[in-house]
Amino acid sequence: MLGDIEAAEDAIQDAYLVALERWPREGHPKHASAWILTTARHRAIDKLRRERRGREKAERLAALEFGAPPRDPFAEDREMNVIPDDRLGLMFACCHPGLGVEARIALTLRTLGGLSTEEIAEAFLVPSATIAQRLVRVKRKIRDAAIPLDVPAPERLPERLADVCSVLYLIFNEGYLASAGDSLVRRDLCDEAIRLTRVLAHLMPQEPEVMGLLALMLYHHSRRDARSDSDGRLIPLAEQDRKLWDDTAIAEASAFMERAARHQFEGPYQLQAAIAAEHARARELGRVDWERIAELYARLAAIAPSPIVDLNRAVALGFAYGPLLGLAALDAIDARALETYHPAYVARADFLRRLGREAEARDAYAAALALTQNARERAFLEAKMLEAGASVTPRDDERDSR
Amino acid sequence: MKYMLLIYTPHDSRPTTPQERAATMPAWEAYGAELRRRKAYIDAAPLAETTSATTVRAHDGKRTVTDGPFAETKEWLGGYYIIDCASLDAAIEAAAMCPAAKYGSIEVRPLVEM
Repeated sequence: MLGDIEAAEDAIQDAYLVALERWPREGHPKHASAWILTTARHRAIDKLRRERRGREKAERLAALEFGAPPRDPFAEDREMNVIPDDRLGLMFACCHPGLGVEARIALTLRTLGGLSTEEIAEAFLVPSATIAQRLVRVKRKIRDAAIPLDVPAPERLPERLADVCSVLYLIFNEGYLASAGDSLVRRDLCDEAIRLTRVLAHLMPQEPEVMGLLALMLYHHSRRDARSDSDGRLIPLAEQDRKLWDDTAIAEASAFMERAARHQFEGPYQLQAAIAAEHARARELGRVDWERIAELYARLAAIAPSPIVDLNRAVALGFAYGPLLGLAALDAIDARALETYHPAYVARADFLRRLGREAEARDAYAAALALTQNARERAFLEAKMLEAGASVTPRDDERDSR
Repeated sequence: MKYMLLIYTPHDSRPTTPQERAATMPAWEAYGAELRRRKAYIDAAPLAETTSATTVRAHDGKRTVTDGPFAETKEWLGGYYIIDCASLDAAIEAAAMCPAAKYGSIEVRPLVEM
């Protein structure tokens, strides 16, 4: 039975390949899913004939009629047994640097994730016509510019793999930033990103950064049930009910981190995962090791410099060594780089509150509010601002840091 | 698959003296030789400076001839290569090896087969 489904999966994958190549050229068939199924059936029949494994195989052809839908609860187990090469080449094609980033995301979700155009549109809060158009254009470029559907040459592999990882992480983040009130499809993006990264980790088992990315996603994902309250309001890490964290996901993430560490190559995803691991570890420690987190951010800044990494390091320093030092580290960052990044103002406000400088803190919260449209985040900031106005003693606040 | 590599370089990057030009030649010759070795080379030419350009239009039957290039930009089209490659990845490799890629930009455009 499993064999039948595997054959079906292979065939459907093949059909997508053909579609990717042919549809932009010949136009979309009217009944796309029927087309895929028909093509898949033909492909499977060809394949089985080629294999010439006798008459019993013919029975499998019948099973194709009831072939698995692209996404079902057992898909993950099977994913690992499907012919790997095609999907890997497709992944690299979908995430090719010659394509626009938004197009890469849409194409990856459509081609490898099996999401419909409508689902992708819903997930990214854009009209489905926009996604449809984006997909048409990107497939046309793949065809016209002859973007290969192959794994890149070894000398280009590191940078191309980083491109694939970045698309998968963007998909994950899109889902992660969605909260309880948002559509299910939006939140499902996390599962989809994890699933695809798992496939990538399976197909490229020698790549520590892929394992690091998978661990990073799993750590974040382990907190999904603790991240917002019943009204969908965001709960900061320090205030989350840690009993709600998903132990299985954390254990799996740790296992991937250990495997990655054996390769002795430290990359940005592993470092970010190590930071996320520290928060998970805080449960056993009873405190967050902010000194270690600040150090990890410093290492991250050394290999992947970014003002946002510097900001996070400042926050960690503030918790580790006090708000005065955190504020100094924040002031050391080029102000222009974070001018429109509201978390920078939130961090500043928190430092100021802890230093008892409430009026300045309120100004910083106001600046943050002016920069965010997200309703839940606004509600969170407004509450914080009220607290700052209601003369909360800085001592009470320090609780967050331990 | 045929591609045109359009070589855009900053205005001030073109060698001005014969000595300067001679100094850049070995790199360009090596590049051409490498493209030939890869059996990718079809055609190439440098273009004279944009100060020698003339722009012609014949819209609605009315001919206009103006001095200079179509658009004034920071970088200008300084030359082209036409290459034959298996895929965009191979064309990107070829473009990245171009001496001008170090200081200008190379636009990789597939040719439409007629």
